[in-house]
Amino acid sequence: MAATVAQTAGSEKNMLLRAELRRSERWGKLRAFALVLPLLLFLVITFVFPIGRMLFNAVHDDTLLTLMPRTTAALAAWDGNDLPGEQVFAALAKDLRDTWEQKTMGSVAVRMNYELPGTGSQFTSSARKASTLLTGPYKAALIQIDPLWERKEVWNFFKRGASPFTAYYLLRSVDYQYGADSQIVATPPETAIFRDAFLRTFGISVGVTAATFLLGFPVAYLLATLSPKSSNLLMILIVLPFWTSMLVRTVAWVVLLQQNGVVNQALVGLHIISHPADLIFTRFATIVAMTQIQLPVTLLPIYSVMKTIPPSHIRAARSLGAGSFYAFWRVYFPQTLPGIAAGCLLTFILCLGYYLTPALVGGPSDQMVGYFIANYTNKQINWGLASALSALLLVATLLLYYVFNKLVDVNRLKIG
Amino acid sequence: MRSSALSKKTLVIIGLVASTFVLTKPGAAADQITITSWGGALQRAESQAWFEPFSKTTGVAVNEDEYSGDAAKIQAMVETKSVTWDVVDGYSTWVNRLCDQGLLERIDWNKLGLNRSKFIDGDMYECGVPSVISSSVVAYDKDKLPDGPKTIADLFDTKKFPGKRGLEKTAAGNLEWALVADGVPVQDVYKVLNTPEGVDRAFKKLDTIKKDVIWWEAGAQPPQLLADGQVVMTAAYNGRIYDANKNSGKNFAIMWDAQLPGVGNVWVIPAGGPHLDDAYKFIAYAASPEVQGTLTKYIPYGPANKDAMEFVGGEVLPWLANAPEHMTNAIKTDTAFWNEKGDDLNQRFTAWLAQ
Repeated sequence: MAATVAQTAGSEKNMLLRAELRRSERWGKLRAFALVLPLLLFLVITFVFPIGRMLFNAVHDDTLLTLMPRTTAALAAWDGNDLPGEQVFAALAKDLRDTWEQKTMGSVAVRMNYELPGTGSQFTSSARKASTLLTGPYKAALIQIDPLWERKEVWNFFKRGASPFTAYYLLRSVDYQYGADSQIVATPPETAIFRDAFLRTFGISVGVTAATFLLGFPVAYLLATLSPKSSNLLMILIVLPFWTSMLVRTVAWVVLLQQNGVVNQALVGLHIISHPADLIFTRFATIVAMTQIQLPVTLLPIYSVMKTIPPSHIRAARSLGAGSFYAFWRVYFPQTLPGIAAGCLLTFILCLGYYLTPALVGGPSDQMVGYFIANYTNKQINWGLASALSALLLVATLLLYYVFNKLVDVNRLKIG
Repeated sequence: MRSSALSKKTLVIIGLVASTFVLTKPGAAADQITITSWGGALQRAESQAWFEPFSKTTGVAVNEDEYSGDAAKIQAMVETKSVTWDVVDGYSTWVNRLCDQGLLERIDWNKLGLNRSKFIDGDMYECGVPSVISSSVVAYDKDKLPDGPKTIADLFDTKKFPGKRGLEKTAAGNLEWALVADGVPVQDVYKVLNTPEGVDRAFKKLDTIKKDVIWWEAGAQPPQLLADGQVVMTAAYNGRIYDANKNSGKNFAIMWDAQLPGVGNVWVIPAGGPHLDDAYKFIAYAASPEVQGTLTKYIPYGPANKDAMEFVGGEVLPWLANAPEHMTNAIKTDTAFWNEKGDDLNQRFTAWLAQ
C-alpha cells in the first residue's frame, strides 16, 4: 500500500516534471522558430510566392472567361460540328458590345492573336461594328461583319476559354498547339523554336560543364599540391575574377573578341589569319565566356576535396608498386569524385539559367531558354508563355537534380 | 521568467524588423512628375529642350527615367497598380494596343488645349499625342567607306559591300527594306507585305544576309557599332547619327534611300499615374508649337505639330527626315499596318531569328 502511494506520488512528480520539460521544450522550439521566422518569411515572400505565382500563370488564363462570359457559357452546349446557333451569336453580340464599351476588346484581341495569329484585329473591328448591332438576328449580321465568325477554330477557341485554366502555354513551349477542332497538333515549322531552344540550352550547359572540368581539374590539383606560398598566389588569381561582376567579365569578352578586338588584332598582326575572324556573336564566344565565368565554381569544390586527401595515400600506392598514373587513377582520382560531382552539378545548373552572357556575346541562334523568357516577358508581353517556359526549365532542372541524386549521393557532395 | 521576458523582447524586435518589409507607398509630393524616355542623345536633347524649361516655367520638378521602348514595364506597373511613370515617350507600334487594353489614359484634347487636327497622325491615337518625326535610315562611316551605299539594295549586297551590317532586332522596318531591295516599289510595300506570299518573300530576302547581320536593340548602339568598325553600315535613327557627328566628331553619313520616316514617338500617360494634371500640363507644354520646334536645336527630329515647323532652325534641315530631297524614295511607315499585324509578324521574326 505504502509502496503504491509512494509510486503514485513518484509518478505524479514524474508527470509534473515531464510537463515542465515539455513546456520548456515547446518554449525553446518557439524561440528557435521565432529566430528563423524572418528568414522563412523572406524566403516565402521573395522565392516561394513568386515561383508559385509563375507556375500558376503558366496554366491559368481567365481572359476569355471574364471578358466574354456569355459567349463562353453559351458555347458549353455546342457540339463542335456545325456553326453555333443564333443563341450563341446573340451572346457574342452582347459580349462584343460590352468589350467595346468597357474598352477591353484589346485584351481579348491579344489573347486571340496568341493562338490564332492575325485574328486579333478582326476581333477588334468586329467589336467596333457590333457596338451598333442592337437587334437580331445576330448570326447573319455578325458573319456579314466579319467572316471570322464562320471559322470553326475561332469557336473552339472560345469554347476552350470557358475554363480559367489552359494548357496552351505549356503546349506552345514544347512546340505544340491546338488545331481547328481543339486537337493537339505540332506548331508549324516557321514558329516552332522552343524544343530546339531547350536542346541548345542543355547542349551548351553540358559543353561548358565539361570545359570547366577539363580546365579546372589540373589547376585544382596544382593548387592542392603546391607549397602554400605559391598556391595562395594562384588562388588569388582564381578567386579575383570570381569576385568580379558577371556583367563586367562578359563585356570584357566583347572587347576581346569583337571584329577589331584584341584577339583579332593579335591574330592578324601575327599573320596567322589575313582577315579578322568572326569571333563575337557566335556559339564559340558564348561557350568561351561562360566557361571563364563558371571555371571557379567547378574548380573550388574539387580543390577543397583534394585538400583533404592525404598525400600519404599516393606514396603508399607507389611504394606498393603502382605506376604514377595507376596510383593517381586508382587511388587519388576516386577520392576527388565527390568534389567533381559537386562542382559540375553547380556549374551545370547555373548554366541552364544563363541569360546575360549569351545575350551579349552570342548570335541570335545561340540564345538559351532564358533569352526567350526575357523576350516574351519584355518584348512580346506574353507572360503566360514566359511562365510556361520558366516552369518547364524549373521542372527540367529539378528532374536532372533528382536523377543526379540517384546516381551520386548528394549528401556526400562537398560544396566547399 | 527572465528568459520569457527576454524572448518577448526578441519577438517585439523581430516584429519591428518584419514590419519594415511591409511595402509602404512613398508619399507623393505635389509638384513633381516622372518622365520616361529613350536615353542617350534623344533624351539629352529632350531634357534641354523640354524638361528643364518646363520645370523653370511651371515649377514642377521633373524626374527622368530611361527605358528601351518596351511596353512591358508599363503593363506591369498598371496591372499591379504601382504606376511611377507619369509621362512616357512611347512608340507608335504599341500605343494603340496598350490603349485598347486600358493601360493608358485616353487623351482629353480639350484639357490639353491643343488642336488635334494640327498633329500628323493625331487622329490615329486615342491615348497618345504625336511628338516628333524620326526615321530609320542606313548609315555608314565616310572615313572608312568613302564610296558608300547608294540604294537599299546595297544593304543586301554582300559582294559589293562585304562585312557585317547592323539591323534593329525587330520586324518593323527590316521587312519593308527586304521587299524594296527585292524590287518592290516603295508605294506598294505595304500592299505586298499584307499578303502571306509577301511576308515569305521578305523573310527570304532577309535570309540572304542573315549570317552577316549584327542585331541591335537600343538606338544608342548603331553609332557605337559604326565607331568600333564592327559593321560597314547599319540601320540607325537619323538623329543619333547627327548627334555622333556633332558631339563625338564622327564623319558618319546617311543614305536616305528607302528611309522609313514616321511619327514614331508618341506621348502617353500610363493609366492611374499619381500626377495626372501635371502630366497633362507637361504634354501641353512639350507639344505646343514653339516648344516642340525647339527640339531641333539639339537633335534633328522634326515636330509632329505642323504649326511647329516655323520654329525649326535652318541648320538641321538637311538632317531632317522630312526634308523634301530625302523624301523622293521614302517608305512612309504605315503605323496602322503595324498595329494590326505587328504581333503576328514579330512572333514570326523572333522564330526566324532563332532558327
